[in-house]
Amino acid sequence: MSPSRHRQRKPRTRRRGTGLPVPVLALAVVAVAFFALPLIGLLWRAPWSNAWRYLTDDDALTALRLSMICSLWATGLSIVFGVPLAWLLARVEFPGRGVVRALCTLSMVLPPVVGGVALFFALGRRGIVGQYLDRWFGVTLPFTTAGVVVAQTFVAMPFLVITVEASIRQLDSRFEDASRTLGASRWYTFRRVTVPAIRPALAAGAVLAWARALGEFGATITFAGNFPGTTQTMPLAVYLALETNPEAAIVLALVLIAISFAVLVGLRDRWFGRTDQPLVTVAT
Amino acid sequence: MVRRTVRLLISAGALTSLLGASCGADGSGSATVSGAVTVFAAASLTAAFTDIGAAFMVDRPDATVTFNFAASSELAAQIGQGAPADVFASADLNSMSKLTDAGSTATEPVVFATNLAEIIVEPGNPRGITGVADLENEEMIVVLCAPEVPCGAYAAQILENAGVTVTPKSLEENVKAVVTKVMLGEADAGIVYATDVIAAGADAAGVMIPAGINVAAEYPIAVTKEAPNREGAQAFVDFVSSDRGQRILASYGFLAP
Repeated sequence: MSPSRHRQRKPRTRRRGTGLPVPVLALAVVAVAFFALPLIGLLWRAPWSNAWRYLTDDDALTALRLSMICSLWATGLSIVFGVPLAWLLARVEFPGRGVVRALCTLSMVLPPVVGGVALFFALGRRGIVGQYLDRWFGVTLPFTTAGVVVAQTFVAMPFLVITVEASIRQLDSRFEDASRTLGASRWYTFRRVTVPAIRPALAAGAVLAWARALGEFGATITFAGNFPGTTQTMPLAVYLALETNPEAAIVLALVLIAISFAVLVGLRDRWFGRTDQPLVTVAT
Repeated sequence: MVRRTVRLLISAGALTSLLGASCGADGSGSATVSGAVTVFAAASLTAAFTDIGAAFMVDRPDATVTFNFAASSELAAQIGQGAPADVFASADLNSMSKLTDAGSTATEPVVFATNLAEIIVEPGNPRGITGVADLENEEMIVVLCAPEVPCGAYAAQILENAGVTVTPKSLEENVKAVVTKVMLGEADAGIVYATDVIAAGADAAGVMIPAGINVAAEYPIAVTKEAPNREGAQAFVDFVSSDRGQRILASYGFLAP
């Protein structure tokens, strides 16, 4: 912890050891075990001999497909609306910005079931906006696949927004200013300067949002309900399987975990392993 | 997900249970019962058991009752996994027999109440529903419990008895979720317990299901094998079956067994 130690850390890549003080390392190991043990528990209790039967079950495959489709839609919507929101929060000074930011990330801390009920009040058949959707367009979101996407987007988008906003804040605004003084339009600058610079954060945020959407349970079952083929996503299927067939539930949960794990591992190095690089060069 | 852990009183539970165990010898007098009693009860018992718990604690000031209300099957699974329950009160015999089969109960389950199914509709019954046959209407938004949970199994049985095919919009994971969706006006009708309609008060109305096709849910109760507070658990079970317990249950729409 002495200043000299700080200086020693610079050629980090060449050191064979971890370079971490032992207590920090020990705590980190505990943290790893904390996450790994429950997973090992699942693997340990998994009924491997029956696994294939549960996996190829029609309901399970339907739920898995629906989960994939909905979570990708939710991620897409989060990018489309979340990046502009993050840009607004990071770059535009306006009164009440702090309140707006808190408002837009509130669904991260809201109990998901409450989020689902709140969505009813907004977009349900009797909701503030929902009643007009129903009356004018005959659109009702609850109990539909679109409702699942809405519920997932509601809880997942903040993860993208805070990640991207932090990145835009760190970005030196002189790059954007330079682009503007060279005659580029606002839109062109946003597309060709801002977005490429924040791409690693965008990828990280999108993956976080996707992971959150994939695991979404409370808001989905409250707002969209649970029906095989239309609104029963994998977490809902796992939950109900737990009621009658815990073995099947474990297998289904492991599938969900395996897919998420593969994506998180696969994307980590390719996309957001270098998150800090361009930003550091910009900052120094 | 309407898992409401109603903590009526928390403090001093563990301490008094130690003291109580040392002075309570025969377990017959009310003064001997003390400590925390953890009751896992079906979601449909939420209101009635909250009242019973309060009355029980008035009788036995040294005892504190804590509830975990959820779907019976979920509670059975939790107890099977070693959740520290003293008492299990189920909304169906199936969930209870899962525990008795596994040897997880200490006492023979006793049926302490029954509950008839009813159709829950919006206040004033705007869709004019008169019976289960009306639920066939495709334009009606009907939500039922999932067949995996007791209320869903009963609903399926009733619809079969009536010879009616219903396409529900959602299969909820517990009965309170069905009630919520009708109360919020998102669903037109659902099949729930008579007690749920009473609990919803002015926010919903009920349509009776004729006795010929109705199914009465039987509610068994038992002390669990691993009960940390066996005496307290037995006292609570006795209280539920006592006249006072039965009167409270009746006031919430439960029928005597």
